[in-house]
Formats: sequence, structure tokens, C-alpha cells
Amino acid sequence: MPERVRVKVNGRELEMPAEASVAAALMSAGVSGLRRSRTGEPRGPVCGMGVCMECRVRVDGRAHQRACQFSCREGMEIECR
Amino acid sequence: MPNSPVWDIAIIGAGIVGCACAAAAAAAGLRTAVIESQTPGGGTTAAGMGHIVVMDDSPAQFALTRYSQLLWQEWAPELPQGVEYSRCGTLWLARDETELRLAVAKQQAYRSQGVPAEMLDAGALAAAEPKLRPGLAGAMLAAEDAVLYPPAAAKFFLDRARAQGACLIQGECAALAEGGIKLRDGRRVAAGEIVLAAGAQSTGFMPGLPIAPRKGHLLITDRYPGWLHHQVVELGYLRSAHSLAEDSVACNLQPRLSGQILIGSSRQYGATSAAVEPGMLARMLQRAMDYMPELAQLSSIRAWTGFRAATPDKLPLIGAAEGHPHVWLATGHEGLGITTAPATAALLLAQMTGTPAAIPAAPYLPDRQPETGEAHA
Repeated sequence: MPERVRVKVNGRELEMPAEASVAAALMSAGVSGLRRSRTGEPRGPVCGMGVCMECRVRVDGRAHQRACQFSCREGMEIECR
Repeated sequence: MPNSPVWDIAIIGAGIVGCACAAAAAAAGLRTAVIESQTPGGGTTAAGMGHIVVMDDSPAQFALTRYSQLLWQEWAPELPQGVEYSRCGTLWLARDETELRLAVAKQQAYRSQGVPAEMLDAGALAAAEPKLRPGLAGAMLAAEDAVLYPPAAAKFFLDRARAQGACLIQGECAALAEGGIKLRDGRRVAAGEIVLAAGAQSTGFMPGLPIAPRKGHLLITDRYPGWLHHQVVELGYLRSAHSLAEDSVACNLQPRLSGQILIGSSRQYGATSAAVEPGMLARMLQRAMDYMPELAQLSSIRAWTGFRAATPDKLPLIGAAEGHPHVWLATGHEGLGITTAPATAALLLAQMTGTPAAIPAAPYLPDRQPETGEAHA
């Protein structure tokens, strides 16, 4: 069993595999629509490799972090809007 | 060429100045053509910040920028949403007591000309822009300054001109010719009067013009709504803009309506490549972070450059071209083309139609005598 960590997604506590990217973990947890475009359309991961900028979420208060580019950490607070 | 129209006015360049002149000419009932080889408003216009700012480097610059700001205020109710006109005001930042005295002198100069300006002490400044570093002495707020999105503003003027019968001719000008303009593809545009509004490229048509390209860098961030509220400029910007020789940078930050932050500015002479220069960009960003350290935490989207059309006395050339009958100039606006486009169009059309202008045109005439002494700011 991979190591698991607890993160908060929009205030809800979830257990995630520690080595998973935040984008992958959110998708496996059934969270779709990581953010909204300027005109209100839902957006989510497209490329999964840091190029398309579509999977940006707020992490520990920092806006516009690419969810595909880092792993889940214990206590991480993720905001998808 | 038989059957081709003869225009009253043909304008070279559909940047914001050319488009504003086209709108004014068409509104005056003149048959107007604008010639542009690229996207209208896609050159230096699109590269600029879009800061509608009163500047007081000289009395003539003050008069032109303020007059034009008032013209922008008249246009404001008609500007489409895409122009993103926002009267956010400018905060002129004073680092220390010396700069604060400069700011107070600036405020008095503004007020003596009827331009609203107020002083903010250190506490009021921190409340107005919480992301500024502590320890600044204060600021002068020019509340009527505004920002907009320049290419959309150029398109607004072009659309107005076209709605009143003006025509956009897509083509590259090769040379001025007797009674018109020769295009690179062999076409000829016949016109009674020609207006050269090609910014830094104007010297390609009239090599003797006192215009030199002055390169600038800008960078834009991702969207951080509420992060910045005013255009924020260090008082040292005046020195940077005034310097004619050295490369310089100044902290000049702009909040976009999208929540993006536009970070400037740099000024370079002699640079010919449009490439972003990492060293110059780094200097510019370091300067910005000296005032707002948390900028370092933000994501940038894009950096780019543009070429201002700089004149030796930092005033544009508006009026008849010396030694070239039927050719008029509306160029040389350096970093103030967006601000002063409406005033340029009004002053030029007044001269071309022999009608009175709202402010004296003499300081901007192409054949003006260079001012001696009296450099300040």
C-alpha cells in the first residue's frame, strides 16, 4: 500500500496517495472542474505535464498553482473554484 | 490610377494615433483612408501599457496630456467594454522625505492647473495599496488618471472612422509620392493630404525626422483580483523617462480589470532587436519588487517588448511636415501615444481644416525651435 496523506479540498478532508500529483489525486477522488475560466466555464487538467495551465488551483493560499506539477502533502489545503 | 478614389486624407499607420486621426477626419466630413500592413493597433500600440496619465516633464507635455485626458473622459461613456477603461488613478510613490518634497511640488503644480491631486501619508498609502513594502514616505494620488486596453481603443477609433465612411487599406507603404502614396505591391493611393502616423517607423518615410526608437519591456501576470488597485509609479519614473542616453528602469505597475498585473518599465536606446532581454527584464522586475516584494510570488504569463517613437524634447510632432507640401505628421509620442492620441487628432485636424484648437499647437509643431535650458523633474 502506498503511503497516504490527508489533504483538504475546499475544506473537505480527503486521503490521497502521497506520490500522486494533486491533479491525479483530485480526479481519482471524483473532483472535476478544478477552476473556472474568466467567463465562468469549468476547467480541468488537459495536458498533465505543466504546459496547458488549465489545472490551476489555490494551494495553501497561493493562487494559480498547477495541480499536475506537485504531489500531495500532509495537511495541504487545496481550493478548487 | 484611373477609377481609384482620390482621398482627402490618407493616413499612414493604424496605430492608436492614426486611428484617432482617422476618426476625427471622418467626423469632419473628409474622405479618409488609413493604410496599414499589419493588424490595426498591433504595433507599439499593443505593446504599450495603456496608462492615461498626466505628465509634467514640461509645461507643454502637461498641457497636452491633460487636454487629452479630458478628451478620453468625454469618450469614456461610448467606449465598449473590451476597451477596459478604468479610472483607477495613479499613485506617484515617494521613497523618502526628499521624494516626498518632489511629490508635494508636483501636487501644487497639478492643482495650479486645475488637475485634482492629493497627498497620501505613509499610513494612507499603506491602506490604499497594502502590498507596497513598508517604509515608503507617501504618495501623490492623481485620481483622474485611468487605464485602458490600447489595441481595443485603437479599434474603437477605427470602427468609428469606418462608420463615417473611412476606409482601411491593407498594404505596406513603400514611399511618399507626388499626390499620394506608393504601396509595396505597386498600388498607388491618391490623396490630397497625407498624414504620417507610423510611430517609430516614421523615419522610413522621412529619414530626417528627429525620431529614435526607444525599446521597452513589459510583463503581465496571471489574474490576482484585488491585489493592486491603482497604477503605481515611482517618482523616479520621471527621471527614467527624461534620460536621453542611459538605459533605465522604473517601477510602474498597472492593475488590469481582469485582475492581471502589468509590470514595467524599461527604456533603451540603440536596441534594434525586439527580443526580450533577460538582463533588462531582470533589472525591471527587481525594481518593481523593491516596491512590492510579494510580486515575486506571482505567476507571469508573458513578457514582450515594443519600440516607442522618441523625440529629443520628448514632445510629439503634430502638424505640417517641413519641406513636404501636403504631408502632415502625427508621430513621435514616445511613451504617451495612448494618452495623447485624442488630443493629437484634435490638434492636427484643427490645423488641417484651419479651425481653432483648444490648446496652443506651437509646442508640438514639427518645425518648432528646440527649447533651451529649463530641464527639470
